[in-house]
This record gives sequence, C-alpha cells and structure tokens, in this order.
Amino acid sequence: MRGRTPGEGHGSPRALASLSPRLAEICGDEAVITDPMELRTYECDGLTAYRCSPGLVVLPATAAQVAAIVRACAAAGVPFVARGSGTGLSGGALPRADGVLIVTARMRAIIEIDPASRRAIVEPGVTNLAVSKAAQPYGLFYAPDPSSQQICSIGGNVAENSGGAHCLKHGFTVHHVTGLEIVTPDGELTWLGDGTGTAPGYDLLGAFTGSEGTLGIATKIVVRLTAIPQAVTTLLAAFETTGHGGAAVSAIIGAGILPGAIEMMDALSIEAAEAAVRCRYPEGAGAVLIVELDGPDADVRAETAAVRRLCEQAGAFEIREAADPAERAAIWTGRRSAFAAVGRISPAYIVQDGVVPRTALPEVLDRISALSAKAGIRVANVFHAGDGNLHPLVLFDDASPEQSAAAEELSGAILDECIARGGSITGEHGVGVDKSRYMPRMFGADDLDTMQLLRCAFDPAGLCNPGKVFPTPRLCGEVPGVRRGPHPLVASGRAEIL
Amino acid sequence: MPLAADSVPGPLSLACADVRPAAEADSVAGVAPRFVATPADAEQASALLRAAAGLGMSVLPRGTGSRLHWGYPPASCDLLLQTARMDRVVEHAAGDLVATVQAGVRLDRLAEVLGAAGQRLALDPPGGGTVGGVLATAAAGPLRLRYGTPRDLLIGITVVRADGTIARSGGKVVKNVAGYDIGKLFAGSRGTLGLITQATFRLHPLPAGTAYVTAECAAAVDASAVIAKAMTSQASPVAAEIDWPAANCPVRACVALEGDPSSVAERAIALTSLLEPGAAASVHAGPPPWWGAGPAAQRDGTVLQIGFWPGDLGAALASIRAAAEAAGLDPAVGGSGAAGVLHAALPADADPGAAASFVAALRDAIGHAGPAGPGRAPRPAARANVVVLHAPSEVTALTDMFGPVAAVALMRAVKYQFDPAGTMAPGRFAGGI
Repeated sequence: MRGRTPGEGHGSPRALASLSPRLAEICGDEAVITDPMELRTYECDGLTAYRCSPGLVVLPATAAQVAAIVRACAAAGVPFVARGSGTGLSGGALPRADGVLIVTARMRAIIEIDPASRRAIVEPGVTNLAVSKAAQPYGLFYAPDPSSQQICSIGGNVAENSGGAHCLKHGFTVHHVTGLEIVTPDGELTWLGDGTGTAPGYDLLGAFTGSEGTLGIATKIVVRLTAIPQAVTTLLAAFETTGHGGAAVSAIIGAGILPGAIEMMDALSIEAAEAAVRCRYPEGAGAVLIVELDGPDADVRAETAAVRRLCEQAGAFEIREAADPAERAAIWTGRRSAFAAVGRISPAYIVQDGVVPRTALPEVLDRISALSAKAGIRVANVFHAGDGNLHPLVLFDDASPEQSAAAEELSGAILDECIARGGSITGEHGVGVDKSRYMPRMFGADDLDTMQLLRCAFDPAGLCNPGKVFPTPRLCGEVPGVRRGPHPLVASGRAEIL
Repeated sequence: MPLAADSVPGPLSLACADVRPAAEADSVAGVAPRFVATPADAEQASALLRAAAGLGMSVLPRGTGSRLHWGYPPASCDLLLQTARMDRVVEHAAGDLVATVQAGVRLDRLAEVLGAAGQRLALDPPGGGTVGGVLATAAAGPLRLRYGTPRDLLIGITVVRADGTIARSGGKVVKNVAGYDIGKLFAGSRGTLGLITQATFRLHPLPAGTAYVTAECAAAVDASAVIAKAMTSQASPVAAEIDWPAANCPVRACVALEGDPSSVAERAIALTSLLEPGAAASVHAGPPPWWGAGPAAQRDGTVLQIGFWPGDLGAALASIRAAAEAAGLDPAVGGSGAAGVLHAALPADADPGAAASFVAALRDAIGHAGPAGPGRAPRPAARANVVVLHAPSEVTALTDMFGPVAAVALMRAVKYQFDPAGTMAPGRFAGGI
C-alpha cells in the first residue's frame, strides 16, 4: 500500500488478537505462542540492554508457512520481525509489542549438499557450524565463522552479513551466498539469484544480504562451500604493548602475506579470558596476536617462517605454534571467550564494533586509552587486527547512573573516532536498534534517503522489521520528479500495466 | 518542445562546459544520441543529470564504450554521459590494501598504479574497460574463480541518481555492514539506476609466483574431468579455464596457480602427474595464447553467457554443442568452467533465426526455468541461466536476451524507486527496464 510511513506499524491489539487463530490455522496450535511468560523468553536477542516482549510468537516449519504468516500480517497491517537463534548483537531481532515474532528455529534442514558444485541448500534455522560439519566429509567447509557459530543461524548470518575471524581472507556471508529464496514483505515467495552467481537482472541478492531483516525473510539459502585448506598453522605471539603487536600486523600485511586470520587482545581482555577459561596465554603480555595461515602446504610453511620472523622483529617475547588441532582450539578458546569473559570482571559492558583502516589502528588504540582514562571507564580491546575491526568492550557498573552515562558517552566517542578516520560504526554486528542513531554521523541525508529507496521498493507498507537500521524512516509514497504520460515501462511495450 | 538539431540546450551547458552535439561515432547499438557530455567530477555530473531530468531527457553513461553495446538498443538516448574526465586514482592506501578510484579510470592504468606497490585489483575481464563500466556490467575474467566478480571486491561507491542526487554507500574499510549495500545493487545494473562516479575496492598482493598447467583433450568430457580433478586436488587453482573453438577441435583446459614460487612449481608438477592417465598436461610460466581471448572477448556478433553450478560443467558443454548443432551453428565456446560460467560466440553474419533458436533450445536444455505462479516459489533447482550479452539488432529482435528472471517484479519496483521517470538507459535491461 503506497503512502505509508515505514516504522508506523498498524498493529492494534485487536488486529493481533485476530491474527492468533489465523496463525494457528497455518502452522498448528503448538506453533503459536500467546502465553505472556513464554513470550518474555523472546524479549531480546544477544543485546540484552534492549527488551520488548513480542505480541505473538510463531514458529513455522516451512517456507510456505512463512509466506502465509507474512500475508496474514500484511492483510492485518501488523508488523513482523524475524528471529533466527537470537544471538545478534545489535537488537536486529528485538520484537515489537504490537507485532509478530517469526522464529525460524524449526526450519533446520540441510536440504542438499552438492560437493562437485561446492554448494549446499539449507534452511534458515541451520546453525553456522552445522553447515561446516555437514560439508566436512567432502573436504569442504563454510567459510564465514562468527564466534557464535555453534548457535547462530544461517538466516541470521544472511541478515547481518556476518563475518568472523577468517573473513579478511575468506570473505563475509555475502561472498558465500549464491541464491536465496525469500518471502517478500507482502508474503510472496521468490528467488533472488539461482546459485550460479550470474543470474540475470539486478543483484538483489547482494542488496538483501546484510539488510538486517528489513527487506523480507530468507527461507532457503544456497551457500558456497570452500575447499578445506591443505595446511593450517596457528601462532600465538606475545608482545609488551598493543603498539608492538600493531607493528607486527603492519609488517605482515606489508610483506604481501594475507593470513587466514589475525586477532589481537589487550591486557585487560587477556585477564578476563584467563579468569573465564584458563587459556594460559603468556604471562605479562600487554597484547597477544593470534595469526592463522592457511593454504597449500609449502605456502603455509614459507609464510609461517616469515610471520615468526616479523613478529620477532616487532618485539614478540614469546611465540607458540599449535602442534595439533587440540592446541589450535586451545589458542582460539581465549579469543572466542573474550566477550562473555569480561562479564566476570565487570557487572556490565557495552560491546562496540567499530572499524578503522588498519594503518590507523595504533593511533585509535592510543585514543581509546586516553578517552578511557579521562572518563574513568575501563575498556578491554579485542579485535580483528587484519581488517581494523575493533571490539572495544566498555566496562562499567550498571548500578551506577554516572558510570552508565559515562560508558554510553565513551562508546559514542569511540565510534566518532572510527568515523573520523574513514571507518565504520559497525563491521559485523549490524546497526539494528543499537546504532541507528549513529547512522547520520556516518552518512549524509541523501545517502540514507537513497538506501531507503530499496526499503520502499521491497516494503512500502513498512511492516517488515520496522524501526531498525534507519533513525528516520523515509516516506514511500513520494514520487520525486515529474512523471509525464504513461509509465515508461508500459510505454516501451515491455511491461504489463503497473 | 523540439530543439534545433545541433544546439545544446541552455540548462545542459550551464551544468557542464563540456557538452557538444553527438556525432556519427557516438551511436549506441545503432541509436544516435543527441548530445554528449563529459563532466569533470561528480558535482558536474549531478548538475547535468538534474538538468537532463528537467528537460525530460534520457541518459546513457559511457566509459570507454567497450561494453556499451550489451543488452537491447536503448529505447531512447538523448544524452550520452561520458566518464572520461573523471579519471583520477583518488587514493591508494597500500598499507590497508584499499584503493578509491573515479569511474573513468581504465583498468590497465589502475593495474600499473597498483602494481608499482606490488598490489592489484584482482579483476581480469577480457576487453578491459573503465572501473565504472566493469562495475556496471559485472564483467569478470579467469580470476573470478578465486576472487569473484566486481561486486565481491567493491567496498564503497558514489553514485549520482537520475534526479542528480549524489549518494554514497559502504566506505573505505573492508569490514562494513552499516546500512544497505547500494554498491551491490549498482553492480551489473548497466546504467539503469544511475551513474557510478567513484568506487572503493579491496586489493590483494601481487602473487610472488605463477604457473599455468595446460592440457589438450579430445573430448569435452575429458576437459571437464581435468577441471574437476584440479579443483579437488591440493593444487588450489586461482583460475581454471576451458577453450573449445569449434565442435571438431580439441578441447583445451588451463589451470592457473599462484603463491610462493617453489610451492607453485611443486603444485604444478603434482597436478600434471594427477592428470596424467586422462590427459597430457604441461607446465608453463605464462598463460596460453587463448587465455582471456576466447568467446567472451569477441566484440561483434552474438555472445551468450551461460551460468551453471560448477558440478554441471560436462552437461553444460554437451548442452551447448547439442543446441548449437540443432540450429546448424558452430560457436566458439569457452570460459571459466570451474566457476560455472561459459561463453558461446557466433560470428556477426550468423543467421538470426538460427541464433534465436540456439538460445531458446539451450535455455530449455540447461533448465533456465520460468518464474513460478503466484504464491509458489520456483524449485531450488532453477540452477542455470543463459543471457545474451550482445548481438546484432537482427538477432535481438528475435530473442529474449535475459530469459526468465525471478523477482522481476521486485526489480521493477527498485527501478521505479531509483528512476521513476525511466530516463536512465531505458529499455536495455531485463524485465523491460
């Protein structure tokens, strides 16, 4: 329907109530949740600072059911939000009290694996790690590997364009999705792309991936699988300061080496990880670097030797190399546990997800340190050193209003530093509700307006995950510019009446 | 209001100094534009587009024109908008492996600039072109197997919309999920959504060593086996191409390896041993003469692009030959077999009716399926497509160049939002866009 403002849901309690029996018809009674206590269990995703109990929850089992649910919502003018595993860190799956939460947890089938084509077709509720596990017998894996990969869903990965530690070399979700069956916001099933990467027409697949659930709901995903590298080396290097670690990173990249992953942790995050999982990183380290090299045997051997040398030259006082998969997992445990681990050394924390150009890392880390000291708020730093994606963990006591305010302000200041250096407010967690207010700092009004043209094309009624990503919705009924005569597509004879 | 044949309208000259009446050589697919403008920067391009919109003029962007004949002839072409003066490498941040480039920069010039620092934009489309043109046509070459197509390397874009609005998306960093990715939307959009003025790409280091393993096979099935073996071995190819100039010629395969020089040498030798029983393979320091020069590079005549799932390479080759034979044709066939892309080229004088039936028969054989009825999705197995990249007008008049396009209604809705007056490259694209 034209002319509605996206974000204004029309979900009245009556409309919701009328939907409930309709959804039960579509999916069965047991798939619809109306009990308030049960609804509360869906009130937030991984970003627990934002909570809102959904009006209704429904758990469809098939794509056809998802389409019927969305059609019913559209007919009733009720907004809807999709949720995978609920591990998102920007509130993208934050429900609406006047809306329906469509949970894909029951859609967990791996429909097909085609090893010769290096493709798999999966349902949106399949976990990220499950895809790699299913592909492993064929010598293949699914490359994007967020830290939450044991739980996070592929559908959620598509919504957020998730990355992970190995994305610098291997790419993000958008590089590994070759086809999507989606339910459009008016309840139609359609395919974007066909698994080839050369499907005719616009690359709506590329635009949909990373659109944070605002342009429709993915119901089948055709993923690209990657050959498991012949060799993998994992190194842990300890430095006195993050400055030394940063210099090592620059030297490695400058030598023309593209590691599978380079991660850095500072002293505070190491302390937290040690307390949580006893990762036993080298004592006294002001920073540790985890460098993973993958590829053909001989290349990995040559690169490993080079990386060791460069780390030593940059001042590494200890370098460990994993001798087997168990040691490799042990090195990664500390890094993967970091976010949860800081919960042990601080009552509350804000996870940031800013990005700066890699060459600006040392400067930004110094700035964060200075800002942190000035505000009296501790910051633990964990980051994807290879691509400049920082995760400053701003630690504070949420029982204290002063600390809460200071932490919030510090977070904003850190993002401003990122923007000022040509970076981004979010490298992988998404904008969601959490960062929409920062969007105007990174983009101009015309930029945001242009992006929202997409929203108007897919969801003119503004019912699909409204209120996320953009702080100010765009009016969709407007027609910029003067239109003369019949619609050009009709006039050309190539289209039906529009 | 009709204008004198060669007088540039006032609003256009006000917007940009470099506007002139079009000449014979400016024709696009046989359609003559009225005026040609060459803005110096995005602001001038914006002013031009705003002026053109006010005059109700249709606009067609042009780089070097190497792929300007792709698609249907334009329904209308009042203003040809050239990017030739927007040709600066704005920034090469070598330490970050990122470069920001204006749309008029030619790929070969960019390669020189980046190569001086030991880096590259990992794109090798046959026929070169400008950054803007390669993005707008999603052109790619053998390296697509490892590095993808232009949209996979793009991290930021600046565009000018039909109404003159300048807009940016993405940025200068590889990790960035803030907002929608308008760059992906513009990639392959053939000028129908607006003008690309600037793009930021992620770069890769130039390889220290390279080698090419070539094999000549009696039959297509043997060449497919070569490709399949290379992809499942530890050779780790960055490219794997097929070349089959005519039905009764041998089918050639070539696999490109990159990396540490001694590793590359080792892997090349191991690969030739692996291929041994089925095909006589040899190792070379450089690519074969046909590399990057196959049917995809043919500028005239009819060129088809066939997309398929990589495991179906053998079937795709067989289907192409069978459909061609049924139409009495013998196209040159070749392409990035391992990546699921092949091209078939017919000469300029091929019979148009035969060409049209070749396309239709191939679509049938390969399963380029039609769109579903309302409320039903196509089965997930519409897993191949045939697109006619370019053809003489006698052929395009008889052929559906793009075939069935799923989500065409959504595409039209997107087009309508970006260009409600339909002035950008009208009638050239899929779905009547």
